[in-house]
Amino acid sequence: MGRTTAEKIFDAHLVNEPFPGTKVLRLDAVLCHEITTPIAIDDLIRRDKDRVFDPTKIKAVIDHVTPSKDTKTATQAKILRDWARRHAIKDFFDIGANGVCHALFPEKGFIRPGYTVIMGDSHTCTHGAFGAFAAGIGTTDLEVGILKGVCAFRQPKTIKFNVNGVLPKGVFAKDVILHIIGKIGVNGATDRVMEFHGSTIDAMTMESRMTLCNMAIEAGGTSGICQPDMTTVEFLWPFISNDFASKEAALADYSQWRADDDAEYDQVIDIDVTTLQPTITFGYKPDQVKTVTEMAGTPLDQIYLGSCTNGRLEDLRIAAQILKGHKLAPNVRGILSPATPKIQQEAIHEGLIDIFMEAGFCVTNPTCGACLGMSNGVLAEGEVCASTTNRNFMGRMGKGGMVHLMSPATAAASAIEGKIADPRKYL
Amino acid sequence: MKTFGGPVLFLDRGDINTDEIIPAKYLTEITKEDLKPYILEDLKLPGFDPVGPKTRAAKVIVSRANFGCGSSREHAPWVFEVNGITAVIAESFARIFRQNMFNCGMAAIELPKADLDLIFSHADDQDATMEIDIEAGTLTMAGNGQQQAFSFEISPFDKALVLAGGWVDYADQNY
Repeated sequence: MGRTTAEKIFDAHLVNEPFPGTKVLRLDAVLCHEITTPIAIDDLIRRDKDRVFDPTKIKAVIDHVTPSKDTKTATQAKILRDWARRHAIKDFFDIGANGVCHALFPEKGFIRPGYTVIMGDSHTCTHGAFGAFAAGIGTTDLEVGILKGVCAFRQPKTIKFNVNGVLPKGVFAKDVILHIIGKIGVNGATDRVMEFHGSTIDAMTMESRMTLCNMAIEAGGTSGICQPDMTTVEFLWPFISNDFASKEAALADYSQWRADDDAEYDQVIDIDVTTLQPTITFGYKPDQVKTVTEMAGTPLDQIYLGSCTNGRLEDLRIAAQILKGHKLAPNVRGILSPATPKIQQEAIHEGLIDIFMEAGFCVTNPTCGACLGMSNGVLAEGEVCASTTNRNFMGRMGKGGMVHLMSPATAAASAIEGKIADPRKYL
Repeated sequence: MKTFGGPVLFLDRGDINTDEIIPAKYLTEITKEDLKPYILEDLKLPGFDPVGPKTRAAKVIVSRANFGCGSSREHAPWVFEVNGITAVIAESFARIFRQNMFNCGMAAIELPKADLDLIFSHADDQDATMEIDIEAGTLTMAGNGQQQAFSFEISPFDKALVLAGGWVDYADQNY
C-alpha cells in the first residue's frame, strides 16, 4: 500500500512506539524563539538537565519582541542568548540578524524535504512547504526536544487537497488558504496533516507555498505539506549544491518524500481556484471568510503588512506594485514589517521601501510584534486592522481590536482607500 | 500525580482559543505563578466573569468543541494549573493544547456531545462539582441534587503522562 508524505517521514524517523498509537520520532531540527524557550531553559536548569542533544540541530532566534521593549522582554532575550552561547548553538540570530522565525529559518536553508521539525510556535506548520513534517508544540515538548532530540506524536491522518487551476488576477496563496479554512472550518483538520497537490500548488513559488502551509494550524492541522519538486530544489540549491552532483540528482533524492499515488487519505478535497475571489475574514475566527466584494467598504484604522504568513519579498513586491504613486488614505495608518533583514535589504535595493514610505507607511525592523499584540502596532479598543497576518481572534492585535485577515494585495488596495477595497482594480 | 475534581466552571461555547485563555501580552512572564491573575481575561461569555468567585473556586472546566485552538503556548495549561484547575472536559481539543495538558500531568478529557449536554444541564447549579478517576476512566457529575456517571477514554500514552506527572522525566529516562 502506498504512503502519504507524513507516513514516509514517520517511518523514516521512528524511534519507537512506547504505547499503542503514540510514535516517538527522531528530530532533524528543533527551532527556538524567546517567548516559549526561556521557560523550557529555566525548567531544564531546575531539573539539573541543562543540556542540548545536538547544538547543530538547534536553531534559535529572538523575534517576537525585538529590540526588547521592557525589562521582561529583555530578560527573555537574555535567557535565550546566554543559553545559545553556553551550548555553542551556532545558528542563533540576535538583533541585526534576526527576523520572524518561519521566514528566517527557511531563508537560511535549514529546512529540507523529509525533515522532522518542531518549535514552540503553532505556525511551525509553515515549514511543511519544503516537504517536511513540521509541527508546533508546547514548551514541555520543546524541552524534551532540546534535551533528547525526540518528540512524541499520534500518527496523524492526512487530508489531500487537490488544488487546480490558474489563480485569477488579484488572487494569491493567502486567498486560497483562507478559502480552504472557510470550507473545512477551524477544526476541520485537527490531528490531520494537510497535504497540498495540484497544478495551482505546482505553479507556486516557495514563498507562496509557505503562506499556504503557514495557516494549516488555523484549520487545526498538525502540518501543512507540499510535495518537493524542482521549485523546492531551486530554492535550496545555494545550500545543497555541494551535496548533489546536479539539481536533477537532488530532485531524484527528494522525490522519495513525495506521496505515493496509491496512498490512503482520510479525505480528498478538490479545490478549483479559477472562480476564487480575494478572500477576507470578517469575524473572530479564521474560518469566517467572505469575498472582497462582500467586504468592500468596511472602515479601517490600521493596515499591517508583515508576519510569517505574508512578510516575504513577493508579498512586499505585490503590495508595492499596488501602492506605487498612491498615498495612504488620511483615516488610516500603515505599518510594514519585512519578515527578515535579507528581505528588508532586498526591498530597499528594489526601491520597494521608497514606495511604502512615500505612501506614508512606517517601516519597522523584522519582528512578530503587532501580529499578536505584543509590540510595534498594537490596536486600541474598537480599532480595526486590515492585516496580512494569520489569526483574527478577539483581542489578538490588542484588547478590543478587530482584525481582518487578507492578502498583501488586498491590504495595499485597502490602504489606498482607507477601507477594505478590491485589489483587482489596481492590477 | 495531581488530583482531579471539585467545583466546575462551565464555558458554554465552542472554539475557545488560547488568546482568550491567556492573552499574548502576558507571555513575557517568566514564572508560571505570575500568570495567575490573567486567567481567561479576554473571554467574553454571558454571565462569565474572569475574576468572579466561580472562576476562583473552579477545579474543572467543562466546555464545547475545539477547546484550546490557536497558539502553542503552554501558558494556557499553566494559567489553569496555577489557579488550581487540573482538568478540562470538552467535546474535542486542539492538538497542541491537548498534548500540553497531558505533558504537564493534567487531563484533557473528551466526551460525546450528548454526555456534555447532560453535564451542561447542571450549569445553573452554583455548587456543581465533578469527581474524575483517571485510572478507571470515569467521572461523576454532581449537581441539582443528582449524580450522573460517565466513562471516558484517554490514550495509554496520555494516561502514563498523568500518572508519571509529566513528560520530561519520562523522556529523559527512556530516550
